[in-house]
Amino acid sequence: MRKDIAQKIGFSFISLCMFTTVLFLFAIIYFIGSRGIKVISWEFLTQAPRNAMTAGGVAPAIVGTLYLTLGAVVFALPLGVACAIYLNEYSPKSYIVNIIRLSINNLAGVPSVVFGLFGLAVFVKFFGFGVSILSGSLALGILVLPVIISASQEALLAVPYSLREASLALGATKWQTIRKIVLPAALPGILTGVILSIGRVAGETAPILFTAAAFYLKGYPKSIFSEVMALPYHIYALMTEGAHPEQQTAIAYGCCLILLCLVLFMSAIAIFIRQRQRSHYYG
Amino acid sequence: MDSKTLIMEDRQNCVCSQSDLVKIKAQDINFFYGKQQALKDINLDVLSNKVTAIIGPSGCGKSTFIRLFNRMHELVPNTTLTGRIYLDGQDILGACVDPAEIRRRIGMVFQKPNPFPKNIFENISYGLEVNGIKNKEFIEGRVIESLKKAALWDEVKDRLHDSALNLSGGQQQRLCIARCLAVKPEVLLFDEPCASLDPISTRKIEELILELKKDYAIVIVTHNMQQAARVSDYTGFFLLGELIEFDKTEKIFKAPKNQKTEDYITGRFG
Repeated sequence: MRKDIAQKIGFSFISLCMFTTVLFLFAIIYFIGSRGIKVISWEFLTQAPRNAMTAGGVAPAIVGTLYLTLGAVVFALPLGVACAIYLNEYSPKSYIVNIIRLSINNLAGVPSVVFGLFGLAVFVKFFGFGVSILSGSLALGILVLPVIISASQEALLAVPYSLREASLALGATKWQTIRKIVLPAALPGILTGVILSIGRVAGETAPILFTAAAFYLKGYPKSIFSEVMALPYHIYALMTEGAHPEQQTAIAYGCCLILLCLVLFMSAIAIFIRQRQRSHYYG
Repeated sequence: MDSKTLIMEDRQNCVCSQSDLVKIKAQDINFFYGKQQALKDINLDVLSNKVTAIIGPSGCGKSTFIRLFNRMHELVPNTTLTGRIYLDGQDILGACVDPAEIRRRIGMVFQKPNPFPKNIFENISYGLEVNGIKNKEFIEGRVIESLKKAALWDEVKDRLHDSALNLSGGQQQRLCIARCLAVKPEVLLFDEPCASLDPISTRKIEELILELKKDYAIVIVTHNMQQAARVSDYTGFFLLGELIEFDKTEKIFKAPKNQKTEDYITGRFG
């Protein structure tokens, strides 16, 4: 009988924790949604800000965030996947590799503002990319490298060793095996990493603070060397600067809502691709 | 058809026409995992158009032994191999021999069916593609031919573009055999091919092996002695990394010379 009670208490506790978590999630969606929805209109989505950011829309910031996120993923995905392949498939098991693994894990723990300053020193100044989409994407890319690397490593590990054996036993080289068997089979898992990084990148403020973000721009960026507005930074600016706190706060909630939707939208695309890939291989 | 393919066809024809020819010769094989010796002084010949069975209790080194033939042992770190293995008189362990080429010439079917997570057609065409064949019609012809040879064609001909993972275990194993056949190997290694199959699927694989020996030299590792008796012409008995006895299958099962072999065959241990 006592075992039963212990089990009931255990399960109740776990359920409680679960509901608390879900509660927070819904609370966020509810508060942001109910406040943000008030300012959202067609104009808000398609126009640039007007009247010292108290009117108009936030379209340049939406576009900017899209560019920065895309840029970061384009930069980090090949690099991260290559790194994971090296670590999992090629590297001899040695202490150097262990140090590399450890470094990558540590990279994940570096505060994001550090990447901002690093980006300023290296991409903006040293390489002379200036405050631009390129610099910001690179800084964000480095930030999510560990996420993509560890997701890719997990995905590669999950590909059964027997498939590699089967491929090699047919006379395929190691490279052919990785490219044609292992990578396609690992792709859904790698895309999970991409989904996680999209959420991370789109919302980061610190790394783009000194590398990419502009306070206010009238138009859209013209090239990868242009400054951009970005939603997270725009929210920060609205809440800390300017002379019309009330209108600005309302707009900031609108931006939050759009940011949430944007992340959801980009993740949905990645999930769609992942699903299609899975059904292609395991359908 | 490109030159490489023609060479592959040529080889095939020359193998078929001869009988009782030593296809693989393993000479003075010693093999170590780290410092632990897994195989001791093994000498064994595999003949063309014959089935050679390797039997013995778990952990006796049978799988380790046949994995030397297609150099799969090189995938395991920290191993040492001494001795020579000849394929048609050519030393296949030499430094200048490409292991990929050896693996194409010596196909392997594994213990658990391991089809690629691709469709049935792609599973078989893969081996051709990685060996540099691009001609679509040729590939298609070879895929069909291989499926027929592996006795799978009738079951899958209407769904070549379905995922191979939807096939039953037995069908998957025959697909793996077809996949091997597609690259026109000269030897087929079976590493306990029926270990995870039901009796009916096992029966089909065994019939297939008997059919395939007309064209190939076959080595089968099994710990099912009835299976060895049913399909093989020669049998080698391994125990603790040593080849205890190697002879015609009939002799091994009816009149073994070694007491240990007799004990194992009659089920006194194992």
